[in-house]
Amino acid sequence: MDKKLYYTDSATVFLLICSMIWAIIGMFAGVYLAAELVMPWLNFDIAEITFGRLRPFHTNAVIFGFGGSALIATAYYSVQRTCHARLFSPNLAWFVAVAWQISMAVGLASLLLGYTSSKEYAEFEWPVDIAVALVWVSFGIVFFGTLATRKIRPIYVSNWFYGALIIVVAMLHIVNNLALPYSWMQSYSVYEGTQDAIVQWWYGHNAVGFFLTAGFLGMFYYTLPKQAGRPIWSYRLSVVAFWAFVYTYIWVGPHHLHYTAIPDWLMTTAMVMSLILLAPSWATMVNAVMTMSGAWGKLRSDPGMKFVIVSMVFYALSTFEGPMLAIKSVNVISHFTDWTVGHVHSGALGWNAFVTFGTIYFLTPKLTGVELFSKRLANIHFWIALIGVLLYIIALWGAGISQGLMWLSLDDFGQLKYSFIDAMLVTIPYHWIRLLGGLLFLFGTLLMIYNLFKTFMAGRLTKPVLVKIPPVHKGYEI
Amino acid sequence: MLKLHKTIESNSALLIFGILIVASIGGFVQILPNLFDESLRKGVENLKPYTALELTGRDIYIREGCVGCHSQQIRPLVAEVMRYGKKSVSGEFIYDRPFLWGSKRTGPDLARIGGKYSDKWHKLHLIKPQSVVPESIMPAYPWLAKTQINANSIQAKLQLLQKMGHPYSDLQIQNAKQNLTSKTEMQAIIAYLQVLGTY
Ligand code: HEC
Ligand code: HEM
Ligand code: HEM
Repeated sequence: MDKKLYYTDSATVFLLICSMIWAIIGMFAGVYLAAELVMPWLNFDIAEITFGRLRPFHTNAVIFGFGGSALIATAYYSVQRTCHARLFSPNLAWFVAVAWQISMAVGLASLLLGYTSSKEYAEFEWPVDIAVALVWVSFGIVFFGTLATRKIRPIYVSNWFYGALIIVVAMLHIVNNLALPYSWMQSYSVYEGTQDAIVQWWYGHNAVGFFLTAGFLGMFYYTLPKQAGRPIWSYRLSVVAFWAFVYTYIWVGPHHLHYTAIPDWLMTTAMVMSLILLAPSWATMVNAVMTMSGAWGKLRSDPGMKFVIVSMVFYALSTFEGPMLAIKSVNVISHFTDWTVGHVHSGALGWNAFVTFGTIYFLTPKLTGVELFSKRLANIHFWIALIGVLLYIIALWGAGISQGLMWLSLDDFGQLKYSFIDAMLVTIPYHWIRLLGGLLFLFGTLLMIYNLFKTFMAGRLTKPVLVKIPPVHKGYEI
Repeated sequence: MLKLHKTIESNSALLIFGILIVASIGGFVQILPNLFDESLRKGVENLKPYTALELTGRDIYIREGCVGCHSQQIRPLVAEVMRYGKKSVSGEFIYDRPFLWGSKRTGPDLARIGGKYSDKWHKLHLIKPQSVVPESIMPAYPWLAKTQINANSIQAKLQLLQKMGHPYSDLQIQNAKQNLTSKTEMQAIIAYLQVLGTY
């Protein structure tokens, strides 16, 4: 058998399994954090699990462990199908898959031990940063190597987004993590004070923009047309939206620093660009909805597709909420409050996790060669997760807006109306609801893993799936 | 336009460079000027670099992730200034590597916490927050009081910061290790909290 004639998916399967494991670990940590905020005794005086150390563990485990593994897995899968080519260097692809997991495991353990640079979403210390950079560049070589050896001339839309993910995240990661070490695990940033803040949020927002958005849009642009069995509605719209997206996102970082000590013009450009960003974000959503027209009937029978479609709704919601939060007068209330956290999770749970779940439900039968173990269970997962995320974000709107207004209220004598503790106590009932929402979401994820596990077990009895690379349509050869 | 795009999307090298260039513009305009903006690096009057003890305390603050719940940045809003003190300015942070402004106020802002409470209060509070603020949801940090400072890397830290332009004298660096002997992590973090906002 000539392997060159077939796609290779073993690294994809491995990465999807790892992604699910990180989902459990990371979401459990999230639930635990949520519980610590209402039952502080859960900190148990154990340094490693106190809120301050567990918080970056949670964010890194879900973003880079769960999200990162799923992104690499789906990039491997879709780049082959859209290029009619086998992965460039399957060995390097496997190296990336394994080395990513090792870097995450070491990095996350070191966070619990207290080794942190403290810059959000870039907390890993310098040795882990270097490892991550090397793995990321190798991922780039596999991905762009496959593009370069493709058999079909046009590069499909999903690949533009994955490409942007790889290039821009490499740039952000390297610049933001520049630091000089004073010991084998610790370092000081080369930027000081205000400059450090500006560089950090240039990174921070674009970690959102390119990791949590561009990458997942790549996943989305591959999965949805496949599920719907229809091409993307408007090619022209996706071109315009893509370049507008890549150009505009980079400008908006300083909206995380409204009214701080950074120069004013930075806040103004960030605010204006954030509002503009609504256009390319919603253009993508419009494209998605139009692609669906005529295929809505499939929603009833395909739970994976439900996840993907609803993920677009949450994408639209969070990319509407984001520009609103970026308006200075709104940010005055929302900044530093639970409102931000609610916004984060409407994106992270409703958009990122949902599109990932939908994609995995779609890919699993293809990778195992058998039908999903239970569609009913997948449907139940969908409803539980949906209720979970809604409880989460609605509760935090309540908490965040109350907090924000109470902090700023003055009484008739011009004195502060509420103490800090007053405002803190108001959030507690909302935090209980958020905890419930988080538990539901985690439970749904466990149901999914059971479902996938059963499917894989059934798949093991059949022959391994080998997909032959199909010939390219006439006129599209390279 | 679409024609141009047809060329770009048929050539992976063009796509890579296209993305790199388009994505760099914003960063160049927003970040480069600030890296050379000397006004951001000019300290406020009387600001001194952290002493060996305070710096150690700061690193413990980083290690324990206090920044996940506490900001250090007072915005120029009436209520905020009344609650926490005068607004933060760039010149206060020139010795902060990394910056610790934070993004979430689960607890109050700490930019000007220095001098607000006694050392004793901070100690009680950090050992068991609920002993002084019964409703508090802050975690307890009893181990800080029991752990001696590890002073092994203090000289390397100060030398590194000196190289980065923080005005430490060679004598300060020499004496640093001595200054930390038989001190606990609790003393260090309190020293750090007590200096915040007091220049
Ligand atoms: C779960 C979030 C959380 C973490 C983590 C946390 N705190 Fe707090 N902190 C609070 C809350 C809530 C309050 C207000 C209630 C109180 O005074 O205990 C507070 C109050 C304080 C105060 C008193 C502020 C004032 O103006 O009254 C200080 C000082 C303080 N924390 C220091 C720290 C230090 C140092 C650390 C890290 C070792 C830390 N906190 C970690 C939540 C947190
Ligand atoms: C048009 C798109 C978007 C804009 C303009 C935007 C804008 C904002 C603003 C203004 C904040 C609050 C900053 C603050 O006050 O501290 C914020 C926070 C955040 N947003 Fe968005 N947002 C957008 C989309 C998204 C999406 C799709 C996600 C996906 C998960 C996301 C994730 C986050 C995260 C993680 C934070 C918290 C950062 C932190 O403080 O740690 N955003 N965003
Ligand atoms: C079961 C699901 C989850 C629960 C219960 C949960 C809970 C939490 C909690 C309690 C916090 C701390 C908020 C605070 O400091 O007040 C947090 C922060 C955060 N979580 Fe989650 N989380 C979950 C899933 C996720 C997922 C899947 C992602 C990303 C893909 C994510 C990304 C984040 C981010 C980026 C932050 C930092 C927010 C900020 O700085 O503003 N979470 N989460």
